[in-house]
Formats: sequence, C-alpha cells, structure tokens
Amino acid sequence: MKYIYYPGCSLKSTGKLYEESLLAVFDALGIEYEELNDWNCCGATAYMAVDEKKAFVLAARNLALAEQQMKDEKEVNIVAPCSACYMILLKTQKYLEDNPEDMAVIKAALKESGLEYNAKAKVRHPIDVLINDLGEKEISKRITKPLKGIRVASYYGCQTVRPYSTFDDQRNPVAMDNLFKAAGAEVVDWSMKTRCCGASLTGTIQEVALPLSYIILHEAKKRRADVVTTACSLCQFNLECYQTNIDKKFKTDTKIDVIYFTQLLGLALGIEPKKLGMNRLFSQPEDLYRIMEGGKPVYV
Amino acid sequence: MDKKSVFAESFALDNAAKDIVEIRRRIKYESELDKSFKDKIAKSAHGEKLYGCIQCGTCSAACPVSHYMDYTPRKIIQMVREGFKEEVLTSSTVWLCASCYACTVECPKGIKITDVMYALKRESILGNYYPKKSPASILANNFFNQVLNNGRNSEGPLLVKMYLKTNPFMLLKNMALGFKLWMRGRISLKTERIKDKRSLKRLLQSVEDNSINKAKINSPALKEASAV
Repeated sequence: MKYIYYPGCSLKSTGKLYEESLLAVFDALGIEYEELNDWNCCGATAYMAVDEKKAFVLAARNLALAEQQMKDEKEVNIVAPCSACYMILLKTQKYLEDNPEDMAVIKAALKESGLEYNAKAKVRHPIDVLINDLGEKEISKRITKPLKGIRVASYYGCQTVRPYSTFDDQRNPVAMDNLFKAAGAEVVDWSMKTRCCGASLTGTIQEVALPLSYIILHEAKKRRADVVTTACSLCQFNLECYQTNIDKKFKTDTKIDVIYFTQLLGLALGIEPKKLGMNRLFSQPEDLYRIMEGGKPVYV
Repeated sequence: MDKKSVFAESFALDNAAKDIVEIRRRIKYESELDKSFKDKIAKSAHGEKLYGCIQCGTCSAACPVSHYMDYTPRKIIQMVREGFKEEVLTSSTVWLCASCYACTVECPKGIKITDVMYALKRESILGNYYPKKSPASILANNFFNQVLNNGRNSEGPLLVKMYLKTNPFMLLKNMALGFKLWMRGRISLKTERIKDKRSLKRLLQSVEDNSINKAKINSPALKEASAV
C-alpha cells in the first residue's frame, strides 16, 4: 500500500528534522509514500481564528488532491505528521459529514477547479501507521541497535490525540510508548503526555507559554528520563529551543534532550544520525549516544 | 428614603464619586445585554450544546492557562449566554486559548469549548474588538493573509512581520534564537508559495460567494486581505 505524505508548512522549515527522520524511517521499514502534489496550508489553528469556512476549504482541497493523486488505488491514506495538520484534516472531515449543506458548497467549488472530494481519504498519523499497519512485532524484528537502558518520556502533545484521533486514548495515550518498548527502551510513566506545551504562545505571549513548557521539562527530569520524544513540530521547537530562556526565567536546569520520536526510532533502526537530521538539533544528544553504546546514564 | 431618591442622589455625584459608580457598573442593566449573542456563537461553534452548560467548571480546571485569563472558560460561557458581548470579546481569555482541546474532551455536557473560543476570536476580529497590539491576534491575522495570498505559511516572514507590528524589541530579543535556527537550516526569510495560487484563490472566493451563512466582513484586516 502506498501512502500520501502531507508535510504541511512546518515540516519544511522549523520541523525539517522531523521530515528527514520520518522519511528515513519509512524508507528503512519499507513503507512506500508519495508527497502530495502542490499541497497548501491545512488551515490550522491561527487560520480557524479568522475564517472558519475558508479553513475547511483549505483542508478539503488537500483531501481532494490526495484522492486525485491516488485515483487508481482502493484506499487513500494521507499521512499527516504535524499534529495541527492531522487534527484539522480530521476535523474538516467530521464537520463536512455533519453539515451536508456546507459539504455541497465546498464540493461544487472544488469541482469548478477540477477537483473532486468523495470523503474517501483516510487521515493517518505516523504513529498510527507504524503501530497499526506495520505492528510492534514487525518493528522489533528490524531493530538493529536496541535502545537498552534508555528511559524515554513520550510526549504526545495536545492535538495528536485530541479531540478526533481514533488510534489512541485521549487522556493517557500509549501508542508511542509501545513503539519504544518494541525498540527495547524503558518508558517513563508520567502525567504530562498530553499537556499543552504553550503552542504558538511562545511567540506571542511568552509569560504564559514558558511556564507550560517548564512544567513538562521539569517533570521529565524528575522522572529521570534520558530523552523526551515528541510527535509535533511546535512541541519539539518549544521544548528544545526555549530551554535556555526557561532556565533563565525559573533559575533551574531543565537541560534534557528533546527529539522527534522518528529520530529515536531511526537510531534504533541503525540509521545514520545525519540522515535523521540530528545535526539540526540545538545540542547533540551525547548522553543518548553514550547509553546506546553501553555506557551508564548519569543522573544529577 | 425610598428607592427613587437613592437613584436621584447617586446620579448627582461629583467626579470623584463617579469612579465608584463606574466600578459598580461592571454589572450591566439587563437592557444593555446582547441577548442574541449566544445564538450567534452557538451557531458558529457548531452546537446548541452551549445552552446546556451546567457551570460545573470542569473546563476551567482542565485548562492549562485558565489562571492567566481575566475570565475563566466557565465564566466566559455563562457571560456569552447572558449577553455580555463587549466584555467577552475584549477579554484576554479568547486570545490566551492555545487550542489544546483539554476542555472539549473533558466537558460532561459535550460542549465544544475550543470551538466556542474560535467563534469568539472570529467575532472579536469581525467586530473590530480584538486588542490591536496583542501579538496573538496580529499573528492570526497575518497568518490568514499569508495563506490567502500564497497558499502556504512561511514561518520566518510571519514572525518578523508580527514583531514589527507589535513589539520590535521582541524581534531583537529573538535574534539569537533566529540565527541559531537559520544556521541549522530550520528557518528562512523566503516566502513559500504553491504553484496553483490562482485556482486556490478562485476556490476560496467561490465558497465565499455560495455560502449559506455568509458572514459580513466589517473588519479592516479582513477587507485588506480580500482586496489583495
């Protein structure tokens, strides 16, 4: 089965390392994909705040493009790695299903520009694809460098599982944990899995956003995690790039490696760090490399 | 003293005492409330469920930023239902909501509170109530214009524009971070565009023209966007 890969805007800029590592992992696991031709913005969070209907149209165009690109296939699966894209595509499908009048208007408009939307496309998150299409057993077979001794704190973020996701629990998701268990890691049981990281407030109202990121990082450290893994480009950006600001503000040391779940999985699959975009991180996860080579973690 | 004379006296107060009256007037007269406000919001936040709020406060408890808000989500819902339009639309609550959907998932009455907040954000922009210097609303507006014109969002130019409009000092403050990102190829000042910009614009226009619940555009920000 071939998947349609819908990157979304942030995977081409701040989340470039997410794209690189995701595609590297897909290649290594033999998952076939094709990038969506001429995709547009999903109509996410900030757009919804100005014009809802237009946001739905933007998402619907992507869905229709995917259906067009996979015309000959029975199933159309769109992989949307960015949480906001994933959520908004699902939300649009749900809204159009519940509001046939708007569906008719949007369908007619799409037809004018030569597109057709038949609600055939299925929106999938990469975690969903890895866990449910490939399976933990298959993944654990392909692991060449088990993550033995590494304590992983999986951080899902809000929109990955809330409110429309179907593949995991909305309060205590476990899919990513199972993925890392299959890769031989030790997973940290913590309550911050779906707590908000501050999202775009870090750019707009920092006084509110930094405490939110701080709580997550602090808790991860308290639970003696070696690494925090994320599934959203905004979460990764907030938790990694603002660490110095947070330390300054709260006079603490929150230094912990925050990487994409695909990067950690890629390391376990034996993929070269450079191919996983590790060079784009603010600081190299030296501790992680050391533990993977058999060294002991140092907890301060 | 009967009721009438109390009123007569309080209206004859001097300037200093007027402030006190002003503060007391935070509670509105019923005739000043906008009773149709709740229907408008319920309609655009997809659900009549708004009317069924039992004021349990689960949303405020689930909200990670409720303690920074001037009115918590629970209060906002009640104020919407009572018709405190201006207070709601000028509140910080609306722009502090980071859309994490915690409240929506927890609400025992199934109210889509995040969508209520979106509806309020839109009303606040349409009615020109939004705080003109608040980065959150400026960001939303800039984001909207950028996607309308180019089909995609370019993070670099978006942030630079937002800081220039709101607080140029923040631009300087974030320069080091921006440089670090740029060094790692994670941000650029290039504007991203889709190939078929024209058809996207036509598509958006056609939906706008044919929509059943056509929204009136009063906001200068939106007018500017649709004029380009």
